[in-house]
Amino acid sequence: MTEGVAGPGLRARGFVESQKLANPDSPRPVEPGAAPPPPERKTLSRWIPALGVIVAWVVVWYLTDGKDTLSLPGVARTALHDDLTEINNDLLAGRDTNPVMLFTGALADALRSLVEMMQGIFSKPNLPRPVPEIGWLGVTACSTYVALVVANWRIALLVLASFLSFGVLGFWEQSLDLLIITGISVVIAVVVGMPLAVLVGTSARANRAITVVLDVMQTMPTFVYLLPVVLFFGIGIPSAVVATLIYALPPIVRIAGFGIREVPTTTIEATDSAGQTYWQRLLKVQIPMARKTIIVGLNQTILAALSMATLASFVDGPGLGKPVLAGLRINDVGTAFVPGALIVVMAVMLDRTTTAASERAEKVARGGGGDPRTRRILLIGGAVVTIVAVYVSRTYVDLARFPENTLGSRIADVVNDVMDWITGTFSGATGAFKDAITNGLLNPMESVLAESPWYVSGLGIAALALVFGGLRAMITTIICLAGIWYFDLWHDAMITLNMALVGTVLVMILALVFGVWMARDRRVDLGIRPLLDAGQTIPPFVYLIPVLALFGPSRFTAIVAGIVYAAPAAIKLVADGVKAVSPTTIEAGRSTGQTTWQEITKVQLPMAKGSLVLATNQGLLYVLAMVVIGGLVGAGALGYDVVYGFSRSEAWGKGLAAGITIVLLGVMLDRITRAAADKRRDDPGPRRAFFVRLPIGPPK
Amino acid sequence: MRQPAMSTARSRGARLGVLAAVATLALSACGGGSIAKETEANEKKAAAAGGECGDLNMAVNPWVGYEASAYVVGTVAQDQLGCTVNYKELKEDVAWQGFGTGEVDVVIEDWGHPDLEKKFFEGKGDGTAMDFGPQGNIGIIGWFVPPWLAEEHPDILEWENLNKYAKEFATSESGGQGQFLGADPSYVQFDEAIVSNLDLDFKVVFSGSEAATIEAFRKAEENKEWVIGYWYEPQYFNAEVAMQRVALPPYETGCQDDPQTVACDYPQTELKKIVGTDWAESDSTAVDLVQNFTWTNDDQNVVAAYISSDGMSPEEAAAKWIEDNPDKVEAWLAQ
Amino acid sequence: MTITSEGQETSTAESAEPALSVRNLWKIFGPRADKVIGTPDAELSRADLKTKTGNVVGVKDVSFDVAPGEVFVVMGLSGSGKSTLVRLLTRLIEPTAGTICLNGMDVTSASEKQLRDVRRKQVSMVFQHFGLLPHRQVIDNVAYGLEVRGVPKKERREKAAEIVDLVGLTGYEKSYPDQLSGGMQQRVGLARALAGDPEMLLFDEPFSALDPLIRRDMQNEVIRLHSELGKTMVFITHDLSEALKLGDRIMILRDGAIVQIGTPDEVVARPADDYVKDFVSEVPKSHVLTLKWVMRDPRPGESLEGPALPVTTIVRQAARAAIASDHPIRVMDGDKLLGVVDEDDIMRVVVAEVES
Repeated sequence: MTEGVAGPGLRARGFVESQKLANPDSPRPVEPGAAPPPPERKTLSRWIPALGVIVAWVVVWYLTDGKDTLSLPGVARTALHDDLTEINNDLLAGRDTNPVMLFTGALADALRSLVEMMQGIFSKPNLPRPVPEIGWLGVTACSTYVALVVANWRIALLVLASFLSFGVLGFWEQSLDLLIITGISVVIAVVVGMPLAVLVGTSARANRAITVVLDVMQTMPTFVYLLPVVLFFGIGIPSAVVATLIYALPPIVRIAGFGIREVPTTTIEATDSAGQTYWQRLLKVQIPMARKTIIVGLNQTILAALSMATLASFVDGPGLGKPVLAGLRINDVGTAFVPGALIVVMAVMLDRTTTAASERAEKVARGGGGDPRTRRILLIGGAVVTIVAVYVSRTYVDLARFPENTLGSRIADVVNDVMDWITGTFSGATGAFKDAITNGLLNPMESVLAESPWYVSGLGIAALALVFGGLRAMITTIICLAGIWYFDLWHDAMITLNMALVGTVLVMILALVFGVWMARDRRVDLGIRPLLDAGQTIPPFVYLIPVLALFGPSRFTAIVAGIVYAAPAAIKLVADGVKAVSPTTIEAGRSTGQTTWQEITKVQLPMAKGSLVLATNQGLLYVLAMVVIGGLVGAGALGYDVVYGFSRSEAWGKGLAAGITIVLLGVMLDRITRAAADKRRDDPGPRRAFFVRLPIGPPK
Repeated sequence: MRQPAMSTARSRGARLGVLAAVATLALSACGGGSIAKETEANEKKAAAAGGECGDLNMAVNPWVGYEASAYVVGTVAQDQLGCTVNYKELKEDVAWQGFGTGEVDVVIEDWGHPDLEKKFFEGKGDGTAMDFGPQGNIGIIGWFVPPWLAEEHPDILEWENLNKYAKEFATSESGGQGQFLGADPSYVQFDEAIVSNLDLDFKVVFSGSEAATIEAFRKAEENKEWVIGYWYEPQYFNAEVAMQRVALPPYETGCQDDPQTVACDYPQTELKKIVGTDWAESDSTAVDLVQNFTWTNDDQNVVAAYISSDGMSPEEAAAKWIEDNPDKVEAWLAQ
Repeated sequence: MTITSEGQETSTAESAEPALSVRNLWKIFGPRADKVIGTPDAELSRADLKTKTGNVVGVKDVSFDVAPGEVFVVMGLSGSGKSTLVRLLTRLIEPTAGTICLNGMDVTSASEKQLRDVRRKQVSMVFQHFGLLPHRQVIDNVAYGLEVRGVPKKERREKAAEIVDLVGLTGYEKSYPDQLSGGMQQRVGLARALAGDPEMLLFDEPFSALDPLIRRDMQNEVIRLHSELGKTMVFITHDLSEALKLGDRIMILRDGAIVQIGTPDEVVARPADDYVKDFVSEVPKSHVLTLKWVMRDPRPGESLEGPALPVTTIVRQAARAAIASDHPIRVMDGDKLLGVVDEDDIMRVVVAEVES
C-alpha cells in the first residue's frame, strides 16, 4: 500500500547506495554533484605519441650511435662492484664471530639434522641399515593412504602412480629427498608466511612495505643470494631449504594476504559490531573466509618450491635437481629429461592432492563426503594394508630398495634419439629462423636501445612510460633507471631489456594464437593445458641443451628458453580472459551476422583486453626471470654478469649489481604495464598479484 | 539399524585382515634378501674398518673431468680405507668456503684461483685451506678451432692469420666482427683483452657454460661451421672432436699479471689438489691417499669418457678404471 | 493494512533519560580531518571543502536524542552520510569530533574493552548486505555474538535456537547462508542481532537489497518484534515510505547535516525546506497526517455534536466518521477539545494528494 510513496527514480537511486563514504579509499567514490567522468581516451591514440618518441629516439641514435653507451667488458668490474664484493668478503672474514651467523649456523644444524633424520626414515640408508627405515613399499603405501584419507580414491591412485614412477624411473631416493626439502620449506613458508599474510591483509601500510620486499624476493636471481646463503647456512641441505624458502615464501604471503583483504567489509563490520576481539576476528572470520584463496597460495608456494629444486642443487641441495644438473654436465638431454619429468609428476601430484583435500574438507564440513560406512571400511582396510606394507618393507631388501630396472635409461635413450633427430633435421631451418629474428628485430632494437647514449635511452624509456603508464609510472621508471645507472651496468641492462621485450613480443604472438584457439575450442584446451602445465614446471635446465643444439649459443637461444618458460602463463591468461567474455555479448554479436574473424578481433579480443595486458605484464616478468639462464647459453648481458658473480666470488659484487639491476628492470616493466592495465577497468582480475605463478590444472 | 551395520563393517574388516595376512605371506615369499642380514654385515664391516678414515667430504666441481678424479679417489677411499665419502656438488668458490666449516675436505682438481688463495691460504687469508701438491693433470688453456677448420685452413692455427678469416667467423651475435666464443664464467679468461691488444677484428661472445661451448663445437664440426673459442684439456669432449689449438704469442712469466694488457697465450697449468687445513692435520687415513694421488690427462679422459659417452654413473666409471689399473691405485695407497 | 505508529507515543520522551544521546558529531574523511572542525572551512559546502582541502565530510555537526523504546529513523539519499552516522554510533568508524552517550555512558571515550562490551551487550546491528559467515550454519551465525562473549557452546546454541524460532526460521538451523533466499538471510541477520539480547538495535538499510514483497514482510516483522520486545531501534533507510511506516521520529540528513527531525506527520505536513518538500511531495498525505494538521477552530455557531476522535488519529481513518456524521468531528486531546474537522477539510487533503 505504501509502496508507491517513493517514486521509481528515487528508489533506483537509493538502491545503488552502499557505504561509499565509509570507504573513502574505495575506487571512484560517487560524489554527489561531481562532474561526470571524462570520456575515456581511445587506447589507439596512445600509439601516436609513442611512435613520435620512437622516431625521435631513432633519429638521435642515428646521429650519436655508439657514444656514451656505458658499455663494460664481460669480465671487467668497476670500483662500485668491488665495493659490493667487499660485503661478501667481510661476511666471510667475520663468519666465526658474527653473532647472526652463529645463530643461523645453529639454525642450519637443526635443519640439517631434521632433514637427515627424515632421509633416514624415507630415502637414504640409515646406517648400519642398508636401506631407509621405511622402504619404498611402505612409503608408497603410506602416501597413498594419506591421499585416501585427506582426498579421495582417485587422488590416491594418482599418488600411488606417482610414487611408483619415482622408483620405476630410477630416482626414488632423489624424489623423496626433493619431497622432504619441499615439505620442510613449505611448512616453514606457511609458519613464517601466514603472519605476514595477515599483516598484508589487514594493514595497508604493511602491505605496501611487504609487497616491495616480495617483489625483490621474486625477481632477484637466486644465483645472487646463493653465496651469502651458503655463508649463513652452510653447504647442502640448510642452504637448499633456505634458498627454496626465499623463493617459495612470496606466493603464500601475497595470495593469502589478498584473500584476507578481500573478505567483505560488511562481514567484518557485522561481526565487529558483535564485539569480537582482534583474534576472534582473525581466527573466526578472516582466515576461514579466505580459506580457499589461502589454499591457492599454498599451492603456488609448493610449485615455487619445486621449481627451486635445480638451483638448490648448485649448493649441493639433495633432490631431483642433482641428476638434472648431471645431465647438463655431460650435455645429455635424456639424462636430464627423466628427473625433470619427475619434477613435473610431483608438481601435478601435489597440486591435485592439495586441491582435492581442500575441496573434501569443505564437503565434509557441510556434512557431505559420501557414505560414512563405506568410507570407514575403506579406511580400515587401507590402514591394514599400509601397516602390512610398512612392516614388510622394513624386512625385505627388495621391498625397501626399489628394484633396479632400465626403463629410465631407455626413456633417456629414446629422448636423446628424438632430440638428435630433431636437431639434425631442423637445425638448418632453426638457424635461419634465428638469423631472421636476430637481424630483423633483435639487432635493430638493440642498436637503438643500447647503442644510443645512456641519457637518450633513459629519456626515451621514461617518455614511453609516460605515454603508456602515466605520470606515476614515469616517476617509478625514472627512479629505476637512476638505480640501473648507479649500478654501472647500463649497457648490459639495455641489452637484457631488449631481449625481454623481443621475447615478450613472441610470447604474446603465441599467447594470442593459442589462447584464442583454446578459448574457442574446449578440446584444444583440454589437449594443450597439460603441455602448458609441464612447460611451467619442468626445470629450464632440461630443455637448455636441445635449444642450444637448435640455435647455438646466442641471445636468441635465451629468448627461446624464456618463451618456453613464459608462454604457458601468457597463453592461459589469454585463454581464460577470452573465455570470460560474456556469452550474451557474443550472441549479440553473432546476431549481427559477423564472421568468425570479426568475432575474434572486434568482440573477444577487445573485451579481453585487461587479460591481454596482464598476460603481457606476466610475460615480461617471466621472460626476465629467464635472463640468468640466458647467461648460461651465450646471451651475455645481465644474465652472464649474475652467473659470473656466482662463479667467481671476486666478482660477486658485479653479480649483485646485475641482480639488483634485474630487479629494477622488473619493477619498472611491471609498474608500466600495470599502470597501462589500470587505464582499463573492465577486468579487475588478478592484476594486483605481481608475478604469480599461474596455477596448473585442467581448464575451469 | 546401527548394530548390523557395525557388524558388517567388522566382518568385512576381518576379511580384509585375512586378505592382508595372505598378502604378507605372498610378499614375504618374493621379498628377496633380508634387511636384518645386511645390517649385520654392515655393522661388522664398520667395526672392522675401525673408523681410521671417518668422513671424507669431497667437493665435486661441475665438469666431468673433475668428477672422474673425485670419484676415483673417493671410491678408493671408500672401498679400501673404509671412509664414508660424501660427494658435494659445488662450484669452486662455494667449495672453498666450505673448508673453514669442515663441510669440504678436498678439492681434487684446482686450475688456479689466486683470489681464493688470497682469502683462504695461510699467510694471505684465514688459513683454512692449503695446497696439497699437483695431481698430475696438466691443464692446457687456449684458443681452439674445430679439426675440419684446421685441416682446410692450416694457417688459421697462427694468430696472425686470424684477421684474414674474421668475416667468416661472424654471426648474428658478433655485430659484423668475427665471433670469439668466450667460456663459462668460472674460468680465468683474458680473451677480451687479448683480442683488443692484438688488434684482432673479433668480438668476444660468452657462451656462458661448458655445455653451450660443447654444443657449439660439436655442431661446428658436424656442419663445417666456422667457430673459434676458449677451450682446454683435459676434457672428455676432445676424444669426440679433437679441437685444434691456435698459437697466440707465447706465454712469458708476468705477461698476464695486468688483466688489461694481456696479449699472450695462457700458460700450462699444473692442476693442484687443495684441502682443508684442519682435515690435512687430522689422522684420517685418507689424507695420505689424497696426498699421493696423481694421474695423467689420459687417465682422466678415459674415466670422463666412461661417464659422458658410455652413460656410466661416476661410481661405475671409477670402479672400472680402478679395476683396470691396480698398480696405480696401489702406489697411492703405499705409505 | 498497517498503521503508522498507531498506539505509540509520538513525542519524544524528554522526561526520561535518553537511550542514545548524540552531540555535535563530526566525521571528516581525509588527510588532516581533525584540523577542519572549528575553522571557517567547516562551513564550506562538501564539494568546496573537497577541492580546497581534499577532505570529505561524512557527518557534519549532528546532535539528537533517542528515547528508550523509540524507533528512530535516519533517512537520506545516497551519500547523505546516514550509513556513516550509524557506524559512528558504535565506533565501527571513529568519529572526528563530538560525543555519543549510550545510556549515559560516553562511547566516544570508551576503551577498546569497554567498547567491545557495548557491542556485545548493549547494541547490535543489522546490515544491508547481511554480513553472514558463509562457512557457518545458520545456528552458529546466530550464536556468533554469544560465542565471542565466551558463552559455552551448548548454552549459546539453545539461546540461538530460540531466536531462530522467533524470527520464523525454524527448521533452517543447519542450513548454510548460501542455501537461503535473501529475505531468509536477513532474518538470520536479525536473529544474530537479537541473540545477544541488546538494549538497542541499529539497522543499516537492512531491506534495501530485498524484493519489494519480501521487504514489506520484513518491515512487518520488525514492527512485530518491536511491539513484542520493545527494543530501542535506530533505523537507516533511503526509502521514505519505510521511514514513515516504521519511525516514531524521522531525522532527514543531507550532505551529512541534519535537515529536519520530527514525527512522520510533522515531516510531511511541515517540511523544513524545499529539499524535504520535494522528498515528501508524493506521499499520500491522508495516510500520514493526523487530525492535528487539518483541524481548525470551530466556526462560530458550528455544531459540536459530532463524534470525538483523538488528535493522533490519521486523516484517512477519520474520513469515514466524517462522512457518516452530519456534524464536524471533534478533535480531542483527552478531555480537551482542540478543534474540529469536517468532510471538506478531509476532502481537501485527499484531493490535493490526487492532484499532485
